[in-house]
Amino acid sequence: MQNNRQIGHDIIGIFVILTCNFVISSCSPKDNESIASKEAAQVIIKNKGSDTMVNLAQAWAEMYTSVTTKASVEVSGGGSGTGVAALINGTVDIANCSRQIRPKELELATQNTGKIPQEFIVGYDALAVYVHHDAPIDKIAITELAEIYGENGTITLWSHLGIQHSACPSDKIIRISRQSNSGTYFYFREALLGTNRDFRIGSLDLHGSKDVVEVIGRTPCAIGYSGMGYATSHVKMLEVAADPDSPYYPPTLENVLAKTYPIARPLYMYSLGEPTREIKVYLDWIFSDEGQKIVEKLGFVPLESN
Amino acid sequence: MNILRKKSTENLPFSERAIELFIRLCGISSIIFVFGIFFFVFREGAAFLFNGLDLKEFLTSVEWQPTSLNNKRYGAFALIVGTFSVTVLAMCLAVPFGLGAAIFVSEFCSPKLRETFKIIIELLAAIPSVVWGFIGLTLMNQLIIAVFKAPIGLTMLNGSIMLALMSVPIIVSIAEDSLKAVPDSYREAAEALGATRWQVVYHVLLPAAKNGLLAAVLLGAARSIGETMAVLMATGHSVNIPSGPLSWIRTLTATIAAELGEVARGDEHYQVLFIIGILLFTITFVVNLSADLVIKGIREQ
Repeated sequence: MQNNRQIGHDIIGIFVILTCNFVISSCSPKDNESIASKEAAQVIIKNKGSDTMVNLAQAWAEMYTSVTTKASVEVSGGGSGTGVAALINGTVDIANCSRQIRPKELELATQNTGKIPQEFIVGYDALAVYVHHDAPIDKIAITELAEIYGENGTITLWSHLGIQHSACPSDKIIRISRQSNSGTYFYFREALLGTNRDFRIGSLDLHGSKDVVEVIGRTPCAIGYSGMGYATSHVKMLEVAADPDSPYYPPTLENVLAKTYPIARPLYMYSLGEPTREIKVYLDWIFSDEGQKIVEKLGFVPLESN
Repeated sequence: MNILRKKSTENLPFSERAIELFIRLCGISSIIFVFGIFFFVFREGAAFLFNGLDLKEFLTSVEWQPTSLNNKRYGAFALIVGTFSVTVLAMCLAVPFGLGAAIFVSEFCSPKLRETFKIIIELLAAIPSVVWGFIGLTLMNQLIIAVFKAPIGLTMLNGSIMLALMSVPIIVSIAEDSLKAVPDSYREAAEALGATRWQVVYHVLLPAAKNGLLAAVLLGAARSIGETMAVLMATGHSVNIPSGPLSWIRTLTATIAAELGEVARGDEHYQVLFIIGILLFTITFVVNLSADLVIKGIREQ
């Protein structure tokens, strides 16, 4: 009898807690709205996409808080594909993309949102080819990289490159690559293999620009690619040439701007339609000296005009 | 007393009924969710599954090239092999430890120690899988390189160790329950015949509790097959048929996690990822069902 009542009370208790939660959670959006309306002046610019650009976008967003209080920028990563998908769905103001938007995506975005995405080049990224600090190699040609990474490639051992790699007893080249939605993956594949050949399966497909460099730093047998801003003291960036007979260039700002370094690419931002007020102000600030200085500070290459 | 009881239910007829309805809905909802999820996953993948996908290629080819521009290939064989091999190796590591721990906790340790052990083992189960993945990516990676002189530590072995650590708590708690379920009269009878403690365990308890122990192992295996984040980070995530524990691999779950974010909805690649989902659903369903049947076997005995 007593037990029964006790259980009854407990159940009512649980029920009360559940309803309370429900009431609280259903109330909170209204609270947010009221906060938002108090600070109606502040516009939030949603910015999403490329993992390569996420640190850069974050740095811009942080610096921008000291420039104006009228707008704040919300940055998230996820890959260029994710950014473009969000643009197509109309859920972001600016999509970051380390590759150019594809015609099909452009069409979809226009269809879905009624606005034509506008393209802005905000800086350049040189993809560096990384090896372990102890690897006895300083330069590599694109044609060799194609044989290392491409399907039916002929280079699988370091000795195929004419190298005695004493820190790597197995002699096998461990290929580090990226997950297939990254703009870096697409760009590197296109730069090496064009559009008709695929990467060979069996590479380690890591999930971020930073992970690639970190794993290579611990793996003497490895070779991989990532943005040149991610270099650490455990890895080495190779000089790259289009083919073994051409001159080799290290990934430096000068070489990227002079377009002599063969694997450099523009970094894009896309807005839906002509950028409107706050978004336009933000993009203009990115193109300003102050914005471009941040590009250089993060290891990317700023636009030529500056 | 009777009057009191009557009064209290009369006072609360609505809340009583509401509570009963609520609890009933909770019960039914789990069934609805399971079927709903299966329906959703199946619907997303069905169009390509029945019209376009080469099932033979899907199940037997290792060529996983979903983002190729001209020659898309959806061969999931390496992923299936990856999932099974990492799970089998994980079970090889987890089963001896899990069952050993269960026997120790249930038969050999003092009641006070037992409570402490159970709390700690439950704590092990509460660690999020991404934390295991991180441990695999950093600590275990270096450990494997140092111990096995492997070129890289992100391997099947690394993933298996993480999975083993994650499934041990499940194996321990279910196995311990089934050992506890063996009537004390069995133990007393065996001891009365002069059996040592180990003989009691080996000749009496293990045969008596074998169904429960098998179910514990199967549920542990189901946990390993479905695990995503830890294997994504620890196994190297490479489409590769493993030649040994130090090969790197890629699993079905990790492939979905890594690629679903990128694909356009309704795309072939998107649908293939859902077909992988159907495959996983089927595998875990079979494992769980056999575990259930095995447990049912205990009850009927």
